[in-house]
Amino acid sequence: MNWNSALPLLIVGSSLLPGIVIFFLAEERVVARTALNMTGALVKMVLVGFMLWGVYYGEQFEIRIPMLPDLDLVLRAGPLAMLLVTLSSVLWLVTTIYAIGYLENSPHRSRFFGFFSLCVTATVGLSLAGNLLTFLLFYELLTLATYPLIVHRGTEVARLAGRNYLAYTLAGGALLLLSTVWLYSLSGTLEFTTRGFLSGLDDTHHPALILIFIMMIAGLGVKAALIPLHGWLPQAMVAPAPVSALLHAVAVVKAGAFGIVRVVHDVYGIEFASSLGVTLPLAIVASATIIYGSLRALFQVDLKRLLAFSTVSQVSYIALGVALAEPVATIGGLVHLVHQGVQKITLFFCAGNLAETLGIHKISEMRGVGRRMPWTMAAFSIGAFGMIGAPPLTGFVSKWYLGSGALEAGLDWVVLVLAASSLLNAAYFLPILHAAWFKSPPDSWPQEHKFGRRETAWALLAPTLITATLTLILGLFATAPISPLEWVRFIASRGFTP
Amino acid sequence: MIVASSANLYALVGVVLFALGIYALILHAHLMRKILAINVMGSGVFLVLVALAVKGQGIPPDPIPHAMVITGIVVAISATALALALMLRLQLESGRDSLP
Amino acid sequence: MIFLVPDFPWEIIVVALPLAGALVCFLWPRHASLLALIAALGVAGAVSGLGWEITTHGPQRYAIGGWGAPLGIDLYSDGLSLSMLAISALVGLGVSIYACGYFDSQKARHFWPLWLFLWAALNALFVAADIFNLYVTLELLGLAAVALVALAGGAEALGAAMRYLLVSLLGSLIYLFGVALLYHGSGSVDIMILAQRVESGPAAWTAMGLMSAGLLLKTALFPLHFWLPPAHASAPAPVSALLSALVVKGSFYIFLRLWLEIFMDLGASPGQLVGILGAAAVLWGGIQALRQTRLKMLIAYSTISQLGYLFMAFAITGITAWTGMLYLLLSHALAKAAMFMAAGNILHFGGHDRIAELDRVAQRLPLTLAAFSLAGISIIGLPPSGGFIAKWLLLEAALDSEQWWWVVVLMLGGLLAAGYIFKVIGHAFTQADLSHEARAVPANMEWAALTLACAAILLGFLVPAVTLLIDIGSPFDARYAG
Repeated sequence: MNWNSALPLLIVGSSLLPGIVIFFLAEERVVARTALNMTGALVKMVLVGFMLWGVYYGEQFEIRIPMLPDLDLVLRAGPLAMLLVTLSSVLWLVTTIYAIGYLENSPHRSRFFGFFSLCVTATVGLSLAGNLLTFLLFYELLTLATYPLIVHRGTEVARLAGRNYLAYTLAGGALLLLSTVWLYSLSGTLEFTTRGFLSGLDDTHHPALILIFIMMIAGLGVKAALIPLHGWLPQAMVAPAPVSALLHAVAVVKAGAFGIVRVVHDVYGIEFASSLGVTLPLAIVASATIIYGSLRALFQVDLKRLLAFSTVSQVSYIALGVALAEPVATIGGLVHLVHQGVQKITLFFCAGNLAETLGIHKISEMRGVGRRMPWTMAAFSIGAFGMIGAPPLTGFVSKWYLGSGALEAGLDWVVLVLAASSLLNAAYFLPILHAAWFKSPPDSWPQEHKFGRRETAWALLAPTLITATLTLILGLFATAPISPLEWVRFIASRGFTP
Repeated sequence: MIVASSANLYALVGVVLFALGIYALILHAHLMRKILAINVMGSGVFLVLVALAVKGQGIPPDPIPHAMVITGIVVAISATALALALMLRLQLESGRDSLP
Repeated sequence: MIFLVPDFPWEIIVVALPLAGALVCFLWPRHASLLALIAALGVAGAVSGLGWEITTHGPQRYAIGGWGAPLGIDLYSDGLSLSMLAISALVGLGVSIYACGYFDSQKARHFWPLWLFLWAALNALFVAADIFNLYVTLELLGLAAVALVALAGGAEALGAAMRYLLVSLLGSLIYLFGVALLYHGSGSVDIMILAQRVESGPAAWTAMGLMSAGLLLKTALFPLHFWLPPAHASAPAPVSALLSALVVKGSFYIFLRLWLEIFMDLGASPGQLVGILGAAAVLWGGIQALRQTRLKMLIAYSTISQLGYLFMAFAITGITAWTGMLYLLLSHALAKAAMFMAAGNILHFGGHDRIAELDRVAQRLPLTLAAFSLAGISIIGLPPSGGFIAKWLLLEAALDSEQWWWVVVLMLGGLLAAGYIFKVIGHAFTQADLSHEARAVPANMEWAALTLACAAILLGFLVPAVTLLIDIGSPFDARYAG
C-alpha cells in the first residue's frame, strides 16, 4: 500500500483510533483524554492539508477494500470530497476545544468524546466515499454515533428527542439502503462518476429511476432537514451546545446535503436528472424549506430552537443550488456548504456561551447582553449578518451566486425566494441584535458564572472568535486563491468530477 | 402391490398408530398421557419401517430398516427416560402434572 | 521443512473429542471447566484442520470403519458443513469461556458434560451424509438441549423444558416417518444417492411434507414457534445463547441440505409457502419482541424473527439469496449468542431482566452494553456488520427477481428490529441511581460477550473469504440459480 492509498484511510483513522481509546479511559483522566482529542484533530488537519495540496495538483488518492461480491468500499479524494473533509476537520478541531471547555466537570465525558470522535470519523468517511455503498455505510454510522450524543444528558426530554431522531434517521436510512440496492440491481455499479452512471439505462427503467430518486432524496432529506422530514432537528437541540454546533450545524445536516449533491451530480448526472424531470420538484421543495424554516424561526422563543429552524432554512440553499441544474447556481450552493457551516457554528458557539456563562436560553433574556459579553455578541452579530446575506460576508457570496445562477437558468422566482429569505432572516436576527446591543441589561442574569475579568472561559471564547473571524475572512477574501469559493470554482472547472 | 399384503396391513396399522399418537399428544393435558402418546407414535413408525422391509415370500427382509428400528428403539428409551424424569421433577417443583 | 498436515480423520475428531471431553468432565467434575476449555480449543483446532483439508483438497467423504454406504455410515463435509462447524466452534468457545464464570460448582458439574454432548451431536449432524444418521444426531441434539434448559431448575424452566422435549420428540418422529417413506421409495438413506434416485410422486411428496413439517417444527418457523420463547428465555444465559445461536440452526441445516439436494428437484414450489411463513415470522416475531417486558423474552422473539429471514431465501432463490441466507445464519449465531450473554450479565448484576428497570443496571456495565449494541447493529442489519451484508444480498436477490413483497418484508423487519433493539439501548443513557445490591460481573463474561459481538461486526468485512468457503463442493449448485 503506497502513500496515496493509505492517506484516505489514515484520515479516517485519525479520529477513529483516538475515539476507541477514549472509550476506555477513566473519567478522571482529563489530560490523557484532552491529549488524545487534540492530537487526533491536529493530525487530521495536517493530513487533510497534504491531501488538499495533492488534489489541487492532480494527485489520485484512492483505496479500495472488497466488501461485497463485486462491490468495494472506496475512499477517494476528489475536489468535491475535499470541500467537506476540510470543513469537517477544521471545525472539528475548533469544536473539540470548545467541548472540552463546555463539558468541564460534566459526567460521562469519556463516553461523549468517544462518540464525538466516531461522528467525525463518519463525516470524513462519507465525504471521501467513492461509491454509494461506502457513502451509505458512513451515513448510517453517523446516525449511530450521533444518537448517544443527543441523549447524553440522560433526561426524559433528551431520551425522547433521541428516540425521535432515531425514528426519522433509521427510516431515512432504510429508504437509502433500498434505493442503493435497487440501483445496483438495475445498473450493476455504484461508483460515483462524472455525469452519473444511470444515463445509459433504457427508458423502461425511467419510472423506477424516478421513484428511486424520490426515495433517495427522502432518505437524505431527513438528515438535510428538508420539509417535511425536518422534525427531529429542533428537538435535537436538547443536546449540549458542542453537539448542536458541530453536528447539527455541520456534520449531520451537511451529510444529508452532501448526499443530495452526490446523487444529483455523480449518480444521476445533472443532465439526466433534468431530463427525468426530478430537479425542478427538488428545487421547489428546497425553496419551500427555505421559506418555512425562516417563518418558523420567526416565532421561536428559545435561542437554540431559532437557530435550529434557521439551519433548516439555510441548508436547503445547497439543495437548491444543485437542483437548479446550472453551474453558477451550483457554485453558490456548494460554497454555501462551507459558508453556512462557519456561520452557523459561530452562532451556536455564542448560544452555548450565553447559556453557560449567564444561563440564557431564551431570546427575551438577551437584552443588553452586549455590554456583559461584547466579544461573544460581536461574533454573534457577524454570524447573524452572514445569515442575512449582508455583503461582504460569506452569506452574501453564496446568495449572489445562487441568484445569478437562477437568473441564468430562467427561474426568476428563485431570486424572490432568496430575497424573502434574507428579509425573514433580518426579521428575526435584527431585533435580537438590537436588544442585545442597545437595550439595558437586567439587574441579574438567570444563572451567572463569573470568570474573573474575562467575559467567559477561554476555551469557550476562543473557538467562537476563530469561527467568527473565519466568517469575516472567507467573505472578505472570497476571491483570494485559497478561499472556499475559489475551490468550488476549481471543482466546477474540473467538470464536477467526483 | 399385491405381493406381501400382510406387510401392507402392518404398515397401515403403523400409520394409524402414528396418527392416533399425534391426536392423543395434542388432545390430552396430562404429561403421562403425552409421553405415552409419543411412545405410541414411535411404535407406529417402527412398525411401518419393519413392514416396509418385507420384500416378499421366501426372500429375506431388508436388514437396514431393522437396524434403523433398533437404533430408534434405543433413542426412544432414552428419550422416554428423560421425559419421565423431567415430568417427576416438574411435579415436584410445581405440583402440577400438565404443561403450564 | 515440509509442513505436512497429517491425513487425520478430522471429521471423526470433531465428533469424538467433545464426546470424550463430556465423559471426562463427568468423571472429574472438580476440574470440569478447565477440561472443557481444553476440549473446546481442541475442537476449534480440529475444525481448522478439517478446514485446511477441505480448502486444499475439496469436499471430503469419510467412511467410518472403512465400510462405506449403504450399510456403513459415511461422513461428508463440504463448504457448507465447514461453515456450520466453524461457527459452532467460535460460538462454542465463547460460550465456554462465558460459562466458566456463570455457573456455580453445583450446576457446573452438570453443565459441562451436557454442553459437550450437545456439541458432539451438533458436529455429528453437520458432517452426517445420510438421512437416518441425521435423525439420530437430531435426537441427541434435542435431548441434550432439553436437559440443559432444565438445568435452571424452577417450575418455569422445567415446564419450558418439558414442552420443548415433547415438541422435539414429535418433530423427530414425523421426520423419521418421512425417512422411512423415502427409504422405501428409493432404497437408500444416503443423501447423494437419494438425490439421483428420488422421483416425483406421491410417496416422495409425502415424505418431503413429513420431513419438512418435523424439521420446521424444530426450527420454530411460524406458526410452529410457540415452544421457543419460553425455552430460550427461562434457560440459563449460556444455554439460551447456545439454543438460539446453534441448536435451532441444526434442524435448519438439515432442512436446507435436504431441500438443496433432494426436494428442489421434485419440481414443487413449497418454497413460496415456506417463504410466506418466514415473512410472517419476521413480522410477528418483531412485533412480539417490541411488546415484551423481559429482556430474555425480547431476545427470544428476536430469534423467531431472524429465523424467518432464513426461510424467505427459499422463496427468493438464486445464489445471491442463498449466500445472504448463509451470511445471516453465521452473523445471527454470533450476534444472538452475544446478546444472550449480555442479558445474562445484566441478570447476574441486577438480579432481574425487566426492561423498564434496565436503566439502573445498564449504565454500570459499559462493556456489556457495548456488546449488546454491536450485536444489535448486526441484528438490525446496519452497516458495517454481517447482518448488513446478509440484508444487502437478500434485498439484491429479491430486487433482481422483481419480487417486491419480499423487499417490503425485509425493510419492515429491519425497522421492527431497530425498534426493539433501541428500546433496550435507550435505557443506557439515563441518570437513574442504583437501588439495590449489585453483584459484580466477572470479566470473562463481559469480554466473551463483547468478543462475539465484535466478531459479528467483523464478519461484515470478510465477504470474499466466506463466499469462497461456502462454495467448496458447490452445495448451492449453479443450476439452482434463480
